[in-house]
Amino acid sequence: MLFAYILKRLIWSIPFLFAVSLVAFALISAPPGDYVATFAATLAQSGDVVDQARLEALRERFGLDQSFLVQYWRWITGVLRGDFGISFEWQQPVADLIWERMGLSVALAAATLLFTWAIAFPIGIYSAVRKYSFGDYVISAIGFIGLSIPNFLLGLVLMYVSVVHFGHDASGLFSEQYQQAPWTWDKVVDLLKHLWVPVIILGTSSTASLIRIMRANLLDELHKPYVTTARAKGLSEMALLVKYPVRLALNPFVSTIGWAFPQLVSGSVIISYVLSLPTAGPLLLQALLAQDMYLAGAFILLLCCLSVVGMLISDILLAVIDPRIRYR
Amino acid sequence: MTLDTRQHPSTDQASQWRLMWWAFRRHRLAVFGLFLVALLYFIAAFAEVLAPYDPDQSNARAINHPPQALHLIKATPDGGWTIQPHVIGMALKRDPITLATTFTADPARTVDITLFGKGTPVKMWGLFTIERRLLAAKVPGERFYLIGADRLGRDMLSRIIAGTRISMSIGLIGVLMSLVLGIFLGGVSGYFGGWIDASVQRIVEFKLAMPTIPIWLGLSAALPQDWPPTWRYFAITVILSLIGWTELARVVRGRFLALRTEDFVTAARLDGCSQLRIIFRHMLPSMVSHIIASVSLAIPMMIIAETSLSFLGLGLLPPTISWGVLLKEAQNVRSIAEAPWLFSPGVAVCVAVLALNFLGDGLRDAADPYAQEGR
Amino acid sequence: MVIAPPPVIEIRNLVTEFATRHGPFRAVDDVSFTLHRGKTLCLVGESGSGKSVTARSILQIVDPPGRIISGEVKLHRHHTARGASQGDNIVDLAALDPRSAAIRAIRGRDIAMIFQEPMSSLSPVHTIGDQIGEAIRLHESVSRKEARARAIELLRKVEIANPDKTVDRYPFEYSGGMRQRAMIAMALACSPGVLIADEPTTALDVTTQAEILALIRKLQDDDGMSVLFITHDMGVVAEIADEVAVMRFGKIVEQGDTLSIFEKPQHDYTKMLLGSVKQLDRPSERRLKRRAEKPLGDVLLKVSGLTKAFHIDRGAFFKKTDPLLAVNEVSLSLRAGENLGIVGESGSGKSTLGRCILRVYDTSAGTVDYTAKDGVTRNLAALSETQLRAARRELRMVFQDPMSSLNPRMTVAQIIGEPMLVNGLYQGRALTDRVGELLELVGLPKSAMERYPHAFSGGQRQRIGIARAIALDPRIIIADEATSALDVSIRTQVLDLLLDLQERLDLSFIFISHDIAVIRYFCDRIAVMYKGRIVESGPTEQVCTDPQHPYTQALLSAVPHPDPRMRGTRIRTRYRETS
Repeated sequence: MLFAYILKRLIWSIPFLFAVSLVAFALISAPPGDYVATFAATLAQSGDVVDQARLEALRERFGLDQSFLVQYWRWITGVLRGDFGISFEWQQPVADLIWERMGLSVALAAATLLFTWAIAFPIGIYSAVRKYSFGDYVISAIGFIGLSIPNFLLGLVLMYVSVVHFGHDASGLFSEQYQQAPWTWDKVVDLLKHLWVPVIILGTSSTASLIRIMRANLLDELHKPYVTTARAKGLSEMALLVKYPVRLALNPFVSTIGWAFPQLVSGSVIISYVLSLPTAGPLLLQALLAQDMYLAGAFILLLCCLSVVGMLISDILLAVIDPRIRYR
Repeated sequence: MTLDTRQHPSTDQASQWRLMWWAFRRHRLAVFGLFLVALLYFIAAFAEVLAPYDPDQSNARAINHPPQALHLIKATPDGGWTIQPHVIGMALKRDPITLATTFTADPARTVDITLFGKGTPVKMWGLFTIERRLLAAKVPGERFYLIGADRLGRDMLSRIIAGTRISMSIGLIGVLMSLVLGIFLGGVSGYFGGWIDASVQRIVEFKLAMPTIPIWLGLSAALPQDWPPTWRYFAITVILSLIGWTELARVVRGRFLALRTEDFVTAARLDGCSQLRIIFRHMLPSMVSHIIASVSLAIPMMIIAETSLSFLGLGLLPPTISWGVLLKEAQNVRSIAEAPWLFSPGVAVCVAVLALNFLGDGLRDAADPYAQEGR
Repeated sequence: MVIAPPPVIEIRNLVTEFATRHGPFRAVDDVSFTLHRGKTLCLVGESGSGKSVTARSILQIVDPPGRIISGEVKLHRHHTARGASQGDNIVDLAALDPRSAAIRAIRGRDIAMIFQEPMSSLSPVHTIGDQIGEAIRLHESVSRKEARARAIELLRKVEIANPDKTVDRYPFEYSGGMRQRAMIAMALACSPGVLIADEPTTALDVTTQAEILALIRKLQDDDGMSVLFITHDMGVVAEIADEVAVMRFGKIVEQGDTLSIFEKPQHDYTKMLLGSVKQLDRPSERRLKRRAEKPLGDVLLKVSGLTKAFHIDRGAFFKKTDPLLAVNEVSLSLRAGENLGIVGESGSGKSTLGRCILRVYDTSAGTVDYTAKDGVTRNLAALSETQLRAARRELRMVFQDPMSSLNPRMTVAQIIGEPMLVNGLYQGRALTDRVGELLELVGLPKSAMERYPHAFSGGQRQRIGIARAIALDPRIIIADEATSALDVSIRTQVLDLLLDLQERLDLSFIFISHDIAVIRYFCDRIAVMYKGRIVESGPTEQVCTDPQHPYTQALLSAVPHPDPRMRGTRIRTRYRETS
């Protein structure tokens, strides 16, 4: 039953991925003028000789004189082979530029998600069980504030505080000596040392919203008749809480992975820019502003795919923990 | 367990709006939020009168001018005192070696401030010219900076007030646009059901599967850079509402589906009501409160989105003034270390978002005054 | 004189209050009673009487903000705990901390409890076996494997088929009756001395109810369990109680052994309660008198071969549709001035039938021929929504739920005025006058007009719904479970109101109900529905006293009789479909 559900869900995500790629491509082809013109302009600006034959070759390669669908077809078949086109600005294949940055973005998002859960889960339960207590009010107040501060602003404030009061630069993900270094154990440790700043900044608002979700869900469940049944059995309050209402309140919580994770990955775009982290964000922004189409397209496509995959994972997890879903 | 409601005769004749108001009033924070939101929209509406100066007027002698505290009581030359709002003047000093400029307080010089004094003439709502400002220097031409000036010597207070109009209105208009889209699609989906519902649901699912921020960025980046500010303003609003309609559509559809099976709607149909009358007379009144609550929770999202986009240079662009555009000035650590008051638009963003969230939360809890019954 | 068995639970002066915004609300007010070993005590009362809170107070599981203020709940543990010491061991449960280990050791072991809604009272994400096993492992140190084996044994004991397979199923895979059986199995897990059953059969169909009652009785005989049975249904009381306590507004107004309560009630409230129950279950005198005076008229409505199929989507990859025939080739007719009852259990399609006649749902096949005031006969099944408007003025509906059938956002005047307004009959002042007239007709004061539905009780709301139905001068009213949500004392009042209106306004009724007693009181003819079909129809008295179809026989044999002397005199039959 579960297997059939997963299979069905997997098959469903194929047309989704297709539509997503179409949207991503439409988005990058939207600006007026074709890329080669932009490219030529960039070359001319930097004083290079504009080689008409090479431009023609590029036009030919990407089929820029062809219809939208033909261009899309060339692009997507390239992507499926791992060829994302070339970056006009960097004069490099896009594939060479994106993977490490995407990897760091995902690592940052994963760390943030863990942080968010570790905080939101117990606090949400506390807040619901001790509803209207002093602690609940404090948590709600902090949560409200956490939700209300745009995270780039939080990043700015944190940077300001660390520079002005501690004389320490909070930006970046690596110390200077590791920036260009190949991956070693020491570099990972260095990464972890730097990671907490963006994790806190990025995680604040999603932690706040997850606490609210957990609290509301649990409050709904706490007065359900099955809780009374369990109490009438002689279960202790703590065991009862964990086995029944928390277990059921987990459902909507799990379904948040679907949006929380991809949202964290793409949400980190802005904060990465503020903190100048070597993740996908700043490069995507730069590519968008410079109309570096294939680079921007690759990022948008990958971020969209991540969202689809996130939805898939949370649906599957939901089916695993809730029998009602896989039988529907 | 139902308590006997007849104990409280006043509630018997209370309409849903009065019941909602009673429920809302119990939420202290929400009432406070309502007050703040009203204040912010008041500021947005009367920005020209409330701003002491023209927000675009630069002043080479006031570059990064620090904030001046407002004093109320002033010593008179004869040793007594009088109530006269004023600020202490500041003198500009230039270090001969580094050429860095510093401001130092100059107690000898004060700038007196009057209420509704004369300032530079400005076109109110683009319709008629006014001269009076809420706060103005007593001596025309003198300048005061209550929350400092930016790198071109422009008054931050005036700029934030001008930004309030753009930022608060972009949230409102964006939400109204997504509301139209959301109500239309959600309503069609929820009322008719069947394949229409299924296809609208697919669209919503697809929309939800798309990561918001990259799409925003991509769409905004696709806007031509040379568009006039008003076009850009509307284009950004449209982009924001394109992203925001799904949540509203979800709410509307959910309410429609729930209401469609309610017996009182069937009863209305059997009473002989037309479809339009069923929707507008019987179903909508039960939804309006929920819609208002969702709207007030969606506005802060829009404000944050606009601020973020403009901050990245992809949203509104100068000379348009919005909180996000202002915050762009505070982008690097060096400039904020020098002039921390450049953060002040950020405070405005937080206050607005917080107030709207409080308001929305209170509205959501009060939206269904009949749900609490019997609990 | 038989020596009374020893007491197991003695409740003395119990008071439970709920803190509300308008001060404390006393749900249980100075309640005292004694439950004897091996006996069944029925705590009976209407909604809001505090009977359920009393039951929960015993185990201290009243949901906050409710709490016990004073009183004693003395449990004689030497009669309840298995293997307990021989000497007297009396515990005052009300004095224990609701979170203490002491009271937890009693919950589920000495006293077990089952609830009204078996679906929501079981966790939807744990298997039945898990939930029963937990009850065992809480009080006895047994391994998981043993607990599972015991759970299977318990399921077998409560007569669930294939227990070794069903033990691993989830509650949503069980039927309503099976869920309640599983609840009982869970309650029996530690062989408790006392079972508290809080309206355990209210959510069930009458045939399932009879099975569950029989099961409880059998288990009680086997184990010598004491049962505290909470119910609102006097029929159930007569069926199972040894002793009865009648509750109203948080107080016990009368208690005693079953026979004396039923035959010599002392308190007015008990008399009224029994009166309204006994009044039902036999034809209304008034109706019979009226029919003798004025014979039935011509056929107004003729339904033939009416079928309604719902399509349910199934299948993972390909849409396969299984049509579900909610109404399957139903034919019936209604004459002027006649009351036709349609009786059936949940899922029998009786409500769907009512809604198909009014075309709330489109029909799949068949005709609904209605002869209108103008003498023209039209097939309602074939009309468009606009064409139906004229017919819908003459055929009106009264709904089951008086809460959801009135728009909470409209005043009573607007609700009752709506049909007259949209049909252009009255406006302005005339409309207001007419609404006032209608309100008085249904026994409400004119001043009700300005109020909103939330200001009224269930019975009053149902009167507003009736006023709306008669506003257009209809000829036929389809009442869909119109009295089911009401307390029994209100039920007869509403039925009498309908009979009264029938005389004044020349109405005919199609009365849909699961409650045979109500139909017997109100209807001239009865049609019994089972799985979308009408299996038997005829004059009410004839069908009720001499049922022909085996399903009708099973249904009637399952109905509890509000007469304790009839207990055990009838043979209950079960209906199993052949094919």
